Amino acid sequence: MSQTVAAGATHAVHGHHEELGFWRTYIFSMDHKMIGRQFLFLGLFMLIIGGLLAMMVRWQLAWPETPVPGLSAIPEPYMYEGIIPPQTYNALFTMHATIMIFFVVMPIMVGCYGNFLIPLMIGTRDMAFPLLNMLSFWVGAVAGVIMLSSFFVVGGPAAAGWTGYATLSAKAAYTGVGMGQNLWIISLLVLGISSLMGSINYITTIVNMRAPGMTYFRMPLTVWSLFVTAILLLLALPVLTAALAMLLFDRTLGTSFFLPEGGGQPLLWQHMFWFFGHPEVYILVLPAMGVTSDLLSTFSRKPIFGYHAMAFSMIAIAFLSWIVWGHHMFISGMNPLLGTAFMMTTMVIAVPSAIKVFNWLGTLWGGNIRLTSPMLFALGFVSNFLIGGLSGIFMASTPVDIFIHDTYYIVAHFHYVVAGIIFALFAAVYYWFPKMFGRMMSEPLGKIHFALTYLFFNLTFFPMHFLGVGGHMRRIYNPTQYEFLQPLQDWNVFITISALLLGLSQVPFLINFIWSLFGGKKAERNPWQANTLEWSAPTPPPHGNFEVQPTVYRGPYEYSSPEVKEDWLPQDKPLAKGAAVRGH
Amino acid sequence: MSEAAAAHHAVEPAESPLTPESWGKLGMWNFLAGDAMSFGGLIVGYGILRYSSSNWPVPSAVLGINLTALMTFLLIVSSVTMVKALAAIQSGDKPAFRKFMALTILGGATFLGLQAYEWTHLINHTLPEHKLSFSNHLFATTFFVLTGFHGLHVTGGVIYNSVVLALVNSGRWGANHVEIAGLYWHFVDLVWILIFTFIYLL
Repeated sequence: MSQTVAAGATHAVHGHHEELGFWRTYIFSMDHKMIGRQFLFLGLFMLIIGGLLAMMVRWQLAWPETPVPGLSAIPEPYMYEGIIPPQTYNALFTMHATIMIFFVVMPIMVGCYGNFLIPLMIGTRDMAFPLLNMLSFWVGAVAGVIMLSSFFVVGGPAAAGWTGYATLSAKAAYTGVGMGQNLWIISLLVLGISSLMGSINYITTIVNMRAPGMTYFRMPLTVWSLFVTAILLLLALPVLTAALAMLLFDRTLGTSFFLPEGGGQPLLWQHMFWFFGHPEVYILVLPAMGVTSDLLSTFSRKPIFGYHAMAFSMIAIAFLSWIVWGHHMFISGMNPLLGTAFMMTTMVIAVPSAIKVFNWLGTLWGGNIRLTSPMLFALGFVSNFLIGGLSGIFMASTPVDIFIHDTYYIVAHFHYVVAGIIFALFAAVYYWFPKMFGRMMSEPLGKIHFALTYLFFNLTFFPMHFLGVGGHMRRIYNPTQYEFLQPLQDWNVFITISALLLGLSQVPFLINFIWSLFGGKKAERNPWQANTLEWSAPTPPPHGNFEVQPTVYRGPYEYSSPEVKEDWLPQDKPLAKGAAVRGH
Repeated sequence: MSEAAAAHHAVEPAESPLTPESWGKLGMWNFLAGDAMSFGGLIVGYGILRYSSSNWPVPSAVLGINLTALMTFLLIVSSVTMVKALAAIQSGDKPAFRKFMALTILGGATFLGLQAYEWTHLINHTLPEHKLSFSNHLFATTFFVLTGFHGLHVTGGVIYNSVVLALVNSGRWGANHVEIAGLYWHFVDLVWILIFTFIYLL
């Protein structure tokens, strides 16, 4: 590990300008842009799998114990001629969440855009440790393979929920899953190594390698968000790693960290998991917030409203995210006084989040708004985040949470936030696709994709609030077994149909993405007329990124500046004295 | 400043870097911050399990202190020789560097040897109140996990320090790399003092 750090430093120094072969260019690449693309493809592939798992979960909830079309070939005991048994149902929602969180949002928002954007946006040639960067991707890919391989072992994949609560997860007998749960643990342990390498790289690069003039408060908010995210990743994931190691010992070596019969503490798992898990939520959402800030400013042709407040609110969120974990555990038997403290801190964390939403609105206000596909998706993120943020206030309050805990209200809430990140994710794909692949994506297809996704996203997740208030528990196999839920069953059918259509709404994206890779219109250097440094580099940027080392003269949000005729003013554009002033 | 980092600085100016002398130094500090959290997770877990247990033995009665005190002393001395090795290479005195770095490695290796002796002694002890097995009580489990995780770090450190000795001796690495290895080694030393306190003394 440490040797790698030092070796990486040497590589950064000498660089590689000789022609590289196929393997070194596309597979074992040390170029941050290629590693970014690799993370993107990994994440999009996993997105398809995670999405299909969700469709199966929804099918079971709407039409319980009826055959899922097209799946009759899956053998018993995993499926019975297309019918999902309870055991498989548990595995489906566990793996859906695990894949979406650890192998879709993290690889794309942190892995792909962190890698692709940090060096370009701060104006440097590559990451601080290119070798470490390559290892980070490949170790992450191995973690993905281990996770997927658990579908093919006896007993099926993990089935204790993505939170892996002990004691359920600590003994094979409790879920009936043996090897699959072990592989789940091992995969996340391996992913922890990948993310450790990534976060070391991101922090070192941002702190040490900013182009001349790129002070901290001239960094685009995307870079700020990735910086804060990397710090959270660095400090949060090792705690999960420690807990996972204990869990693995309990399962395989007969220890009893989390098993009461041996003197262990099941609550210890919950505390350790959520001590990691709540910062994890912000690890997922902060890059989405950063990207959204950049896009709203660019497409409103206005400076971001309250740049410093935006940066400091992210720092505040990161700090507070360490002291709110108990709000996941209000009904766990934790001391109620402690619960009250966690309620207060959770209410407080809503303040910096609200600052961000107000500043986004302030940015839009009076702007010259360009409704491009990336802008539409960024706006979609803001509106969904608003709903998810507001429903979060309800469950932060202990008395309310005692009623809605473990119901579909919670499911609605975190899908508005975490699944809502997909809007920022798509915004980022549409926005940086030209820089990544040198071609534009189709705007009409992008707009169709947005309209359908936005509609069916809300039709899928909004009614879950009603189910939750009606008492519909999460993670139940067959809602029709409960008499009090039978009147709500029509909502389940409605949600499932919406979810299936939400899945189908991704077809235009898939077509657009693949078609644009090969047949899209060639992109110019700065197609969105944006200010940040990546648009000053050639499209797509060559190895080493910039033709000349950029020097930064101003912040990233000088849109509609009176100092120039155009309505954008790149960060690296020198202004001579007495330069042309936009006249009247 | 190492030759490599100096070259880097010349071709690529940067805005107020924190560790302009080498990126690796900041990288190591970051790694140590993350690693501190994994030790922290294990130690806090240990504390909660011990606090909530009704039959936790008195550690010093089971484990014995004298041998471990010697191990602690060895590790602290190896941190001192690490400082001397860095000072030697910074003033260009390669023979002194070789001597002190070899002593540092020797200190780490001896520590590992004594730990292996301690483990086998405890696992094979004839008296049941001293005999430890990994899964029979959380006292033993946490003991093996924490000292084992630390022992892995010492093993990594001994290998790392040997690589540093070889590469600095052959001139491929400079004082800068010794400093970075020193950060790691002092961290491993510091963590041991915490583990010694929590596992053996308290």
